Amino acid sequence: MTSSLEEPVSSKPLASARQTLLRNSLGQMVVRRILLGFGLLIAASMLIFGGVEALPGDFASTYLGQDATPQAIANIREELDLDRPMTERYLSWLGGIAQGDFGTSWSNRNSVGDQIWKRLGNSLLLAGVAALIAIPLALALGMVAVLYRNRIPDKVISILSLAAISLPEFFIGYLLIQFFTVQLGVASFPATVYDGMGLGERLATIALPVMTLVIVVLAHMMRMTRSAIMNVMSSPYVETAELKGLSALRIIAEHAAPNAIAPVVTVIALNLAALVVGVVVVEVVFVYPGIGQYMVDAVTMRDMPVVQGCGLIFAALYIVLNMVADIVSILANPRLRHPR
Amino acid sequence: MPEMLSVKNLRIEVTARQPDGTATNLVLVDDVSFDVGKGRVLGLIGESGAGKSTIGLSALAYGRGGVRIEGGQILLDGQDIAKLGLRGIRAVRGARVAYVAQSAAAAFNPAHKLGRQVIEASIRHGIMTRAEATKRAAYLFGILGLPDPDTFGERFPHQVSGGQLQRAMTAMALCANPELIVFDEPTTALDVTTQIEVLAAIKHAIVETQTAALYITHDLAVVAQISDDIMVLRHGKTVEYGSTRQIIEAPREDYTKALVSIRQTMRQEALPSDDAQLRVAGMTAGYSAMDVLHDVSLILPKGQTLAVVGESGSGKSTLARVITGLLQPKAGAVSFNGAALPPARKDRSREQLRRIQMIYQMADTAMNPRQKIRDIVGRPLTLYFGMRGKAKTERVKELLDQIEMGPQFLDRFPAELSGGQKQRIAIARALAAKPELILCDEPTSALDPLVAEGILKLLLRLQEETAVSYLFITHDIAIVRAIADRVAVMHRGKVVREGVKSAVLSPPFDDYTDLLLRSVPEMEIGWLERVLDGRRVVTQVPGAAMELERS
Repeated sequence: MTSSLEEPVSSKPLASARQTLLRNSLGQMVVRRILLGFGLLIAASMLIFGGVEALPGDFASTYLGQDATPQAIANIREELDLDRPMTERYLSWLGGIAQGDFGTSWSNRNSVGDQIWKRLGNSLLLAGVAALIAIPLALALGMVAVLYRNRIPDKVISILSLAAISLPEFFIGYLLIQFFTVQLGVASFPATVYDGMGLGERLATIALPVMTLVIVVLAHMMRMTRSAIMNVMSSPYVETAELKGLSALRIIAEHAAPNAIAPVVTVIALNLAALVVGVVVVEVVFVYPGIGQYMVDAVTMRDMPVVQGCGLIFAALYIVLNMVADIVSILANPRLRHPR
Repeated sequence: MPEMLSVKNLRIEVTARQPDGTATNLVLVDDVSFDVGKGRVLGLIGESGAGKSTIGLSALAYGRGGVRIEGGQILLDGQDIAKLGLRGIRAVRGARVAYVAQSAAAAFNPAHKLGRQVIEASIRHGIMTRAEATKRAAYLFGILGLPDPDTFGERFPHQVSGGQLQRAMTAMALCANPELIVFDEPTTALDVTTQIEVLAAIKHAIVETQTAALYITHDLAVVAQISDDIMVLRHGKTVEYGSTRQIIEAPREDYTKALVSIRQTMRQEALPSDDAQLRVAGMTAGYSAMDVLHDVSLILPKGQTLAVVGESGSGKSTLARVITGLLQPKAGAVSFNGAALPPARKDRSREQLRRIQMIYQMADTAMNPRQKIRDIVGRPLTLYFGMRGKAKTERVKELLDQIEMGPQFLDRFPAELSGGQKQRIAIARALAAKPELILCDEPTSALDPLVAEGILKLLLRLQEETAVSYLFITHDIAIVRAIADRVAVMHRGKVVREGVKSAVLSPPFDDYTDLLLRSVPEMEIGWLERVLDGRRVVTQVPGAAMELERS
């Protein structure tokens, strides 16, 4: 084959040019990816700030309700600095965040930062426990599906996961409440946790929301794992392994798995991000004091610093998770790790 | 004493499922019998679809894509491998029978070091300890002519060249000391100068280890160098089976005779002419900071064929991209009929574009799979001549006639055609523009020899009829002999030799051209030894024998 794309790397002097390129590039690629993440975060902060500004409705009139007189509204607007231009407020908001200050809630004058960290901890507990269950389960089921591809276990897994994908999370949540709390009475509802609850008690309380989240992300993650491994399993080097007389398990574990790391990690990261976002709906259904519910409450109140702060946290989680996935993919590539 | 491998009346079938749900049984291998003794090599030869690889893999009780053995026996040292069961088969694979794939680049796991993969089978089958296997691997790397045998195994597959990988794959097969090795086109993907070295290494290793071997290839000249016996296959059936000497020197069947006599056509070159169709002067071009072409100058007279010959990575295809305007050169100029061509395609007029057409190596990927033949061939008619409706259909029919295909192909899709037919359609599409120059980028190298010969004859006939000029890119010296008037030999982006064919292909040679010409396998027993002996005394071209990287 002499496709023109191959040519620049094919002759000796050019190959050495590529060598230097590759040797430097591993670190460079990682750094570039991190910088890209920062850029994305800045862009997201602009979108969030601008988007929240553009929301119809206004805190002052919502807050004052029936008592709203033009003078009172003007007073509140002045008090909240709303008379300053938008770019100026954006920059001071961003500057504050850079120093860890998310501003003050308009409705109760609490520090947004304190609230967010506390609520975020709760949410991360929920998402973390769900991820801890879902990821190993998805990988195992994905491998089982590949091992028994197109046979009964694979088909059962695939039908169940399709069913799970097609149900929205709030519906799954209500189904679980109906079954486990109302009919069996084994799980608690609402899943509200308090300060001072022990870990065991907390885990028991959040069982249902965790289960909901697991069902939601498991199916997708498992299907993607299956297709990533299937893809690797159809490659010639797996045939080579088979023609060496290796056992099926050894082929999957030693020859397929190392090459499936990059696609699988990408899938996991995307699903973790989906977990964090999916948490919003689930928290509302289960009355769980996480960051999602905090944000939804703030939206109804038009409490802009809270909405913006929560939005930025969600965006940051999303961006960081994807960045980690990309960096792992870069590091998992033997061509980049061991340049010529 | 039983033969190492004895195949009796082998019949292999596959069930093909149509989209509408009906299933049909296809017979891939039909009533094939042969024997291979210890230390002997049997060459299996035939075009694609002849069932060669299927037979080879059946010796490991392996079938790709639901292929199954329906009849006959495969006896390994007297033992029927069909009766072994899954565990028994696993114990055979890699230990007693090993396989060398066509593309070692794909067959090695990119995530593991070469050494680990080479010794894996020996260790897993409990044949050797890790230390013994590592020592044997180093020994094999040595007899296969790999650099630094002791540390070669520490490298990853992407860190060595294509020819080295192919030899490493041979080492992997030999490591467990198997009784039989199946070589499945092990040199097909390599450049000629690399092929000869790998071929010699494989032959040496077979002699050293006294293993039996099946050697699968579509190139009779290659198999003549390495095998003791040859079986010619076609459509899954045996055409002829005999000693290598008998098949090469006294073939009985017509099909074998055609294979043996292939590539012996040679065209008289046209008289030199000053009337240049295409002139490339001082061309330097490349991608980003890297130059692929260095100061390339060429002349193609009107109505003649200029063959550009070189190995992969020599810059042949880049040259075509520059001439078509797809890639802008960094220096130099292209003139067509004496007038300069704008370097960028977008600056060329439609008329300038019409006069230069192109045919690609992979006709498959150069056609829209969702368009019918009438649309594929008709498109340039509408674009350049504004033809529509009946006039267009009539012209497409004429073109189909010209390429020896009938109007029944008008409403077919590319997927319904064979490889040779697709390439003919690609030629018709180029002809539709009534070009003065057609750039042919390895148009026959993906085709079986007999089909390729048909395409070459068609191209020659079309040149006589339409006086079109060809710039013919190839790595195959036999094709150059067959069709060229002028020849340019390219090596690492430079033209090392250029002129009329008779002058370029006659001595005195420069070092690279000499090496290239000597490396082309000839249909003659003992050629390999003769060339290797000659090579040691005559010339050692610095660097030229080293493989070019492939990625």
